[in-house]
Amino acid sequence: MTDAVVDYDEALQTYDPVMGLEVHVELNTKTKMFCGCSTVFGAEPNSQVCPVCLGLPGALPVVNASAVESAIRLGLALHGSIADWSRFARKNYFYPDMPKNFQTSQYDEPIVYNGYLDVEVPTESGDGTEVFRVEIERAHMEEDTGKSLHVGGATGRIQGAEYSLVDYNRAGIPLIEIVTKPIVGAGTRAPQIARAYVAALRDLLKALDISDVKMEQGSVRCDANVSLRPVGTEKFGTRTETKNVNSLRSIERAVRYEISRQAAVLDAGGTITQETRHWHEDTGITTAGRPKSDADDYRYFPEPDLVPVAPAAELVEKLGGTLPEPPAQRRKRLQSDWGYSDLEMRDVINAGAVDLIEQTVAEGASPAGARKWWTGELARRANVEGRTVEDFGVTPAHVAELDGLVKGGRLNDSMARQVLEGVMAGEGAPTAVADARGLELVQDDGALEAAVDKVIAANPDVADKVRGGKLNAAGALIGQVMKELKGQADAAKARELILAKLT
Amino acid sequence: MAVLRPVWTANRLRGMSALSRDEVAHVAMLARIQLSDDELDRLAGQLDQIVGFVATVGEIAADDIPPMSHPLPLENVTRTDEVRPSLTPQQALAAAPRAEADRFAVPRILDEE
Repeated sequence: MTDAVVDYDEALQTYDPVMGLEVHVELNTKTKMFCGCSTVFGAEPNSQVCPVCLGLPGALPVVNASAVESAIRLGLALHGSIADWSRFARKNYFYPDMPKNFQTSQYDEPIVYNGYLDVEVPTESGDGTEVFRVEIERAHMEEDTGKSLHVGGATGRIQGAEYSLVDYNRAGIPLIEIVTKPIVGAGTRAPQIARAYVAALRDLLKALDISDVKMEQGSVRCDANVSLRPVGTEKFGTRTETKNVNSLRSIERAVRYEISRQAAVLDAGGTITQETRHWHEDTGITTAGRPKSDADDYRYFPEPDLVPVAPAAELVEKLGGTLPEPPAQRRKRLQSDWGYSDLEMRDVINAGAVDLIEQTVAEGASPAGARKWWTGELARRANVEGRTVEDFGVTPAHVAELDGLVKGGRLNDSMARQVLEGVMAGEGAPTAVADARGLELVQDDGALEAAVDKVIAANPDVADKVRGGKLNAAGALIGQVMKELKGQADAAKARELILAKLT
Repeated sequence: MAVLRPVWTANRLRGMSALSRDEVAHVAMLARIQLSDDELDRLAGQLDQIVGFVATVGEIAADDIPPMSHPLPLENVTRTDEVRPSLTPQQALAAAPRAEADRFAVPRILDEE
């Protein structure tokens, strides 16, 4: 069952990969594309359906104005042209995920055409990054399909199932499908470029606030078309389409795998079958799905129940005025404002903490403090526990307050961590938690000095070492002082005092 | 007022030749309609006639008369993004031939290989 593969680097010496990426994005509108049913995720099955999205006789769809505006804003952010006249079409097929037996989509008159997205990727030599431009062919509006549960098979898969159960809550949720032009010239970096493109698109969708971009919930799904041609030739090879790759890491892995697999087929003198392929997250391979056939004639025709969408120039211009700062540009600006190194900024981005830190700094925290708590503490912890930082109930205002308590000298780091525990446990805001838990550095210099004297007297050997110039030995004394004061001493101050007394 | 634009069907109609029996068989396959040989023979002739009738439109429509896909001179009919009541699962499933766990039960999708 497992296909032969050749080593990736070897494959790239012989073949030049060409990719085409199709990304489906679920919009975050309150209602569906053509009816007023709610789009909230996770509702009871078939509780968000109506005659329109169930395709009952006589029901008439009406376009969601917000969805059209989202499509236009995305198109403008992708530097695309907005069609001044655009229509919906019926895509006819036989599959129970759409109760209408067709999906309302757009065919040859998409709302957005000819755009591009610049993505940052590592240079070929690997030292530094450069911009790679991905050209966009089109973006069109359509509706999502229902969700099927397959019953009776061994694995819950469609193969071998006896029957299927369908929930149509998702059927009709607004989707935008963004289709790239063939991506050529990616070379060995094809998998990275595919990943970087979807990541950049996700960032853009988030900045536009038109999708919740939760890939794990299927809000953003990628189909990856991959073909190989001998290095130095022009004509594209036969492509395969790997469907529903739903994480950034998987996109990179799936493209890489397809390149290795197709190279093995071609090396053995075989030909690539034009087919859809399924990605298997667990084993990291793709397997053959349906071959393209005559039955894939979707008999598109203009949707007679919907009138054309013809956005007025004034509307397009108005929406153009609502575009956010491009994510890459914003990150550069923030990095420079905050004075983070490239490495620090990368950690912040990977932790998904850019917005949180921006808000925390706006609440008065220092950029260094905000980074320390969000990425050093909260994101690290979320990662270990398999949660997201948002789950902790800690707000930017909390972190700013905590940072203030540390900067103001009331708390040291270990006390601040305890306070953070309290905030996460729902005990209130940092100052209230510190008060309730009695956490406060000893401000009384007399008490600190007394503790230092006591510790020096009790540890004459260590004290002699420090006197003899072994300053590192002071650490043991500081530890004793902290213990003496139940952890509520300022360690830096204690060290200062010890050294002053012994040297 | 630019309301109607050229569509797929218009030019196709004009140059339409006779509908062959094979084409009818193909369309029947796409529509998942099983036709016997007799039915194919009969329907191919009838469909060809219907297409012929429609094609006469092409004789009248000059190049300066754009084809239409919709009888209403309307554009941009939209609704605001406000939630309206949905059916209950019981109502939604009332007409389903089979339901299970509040879902529509449908026959096996893929045939056994």
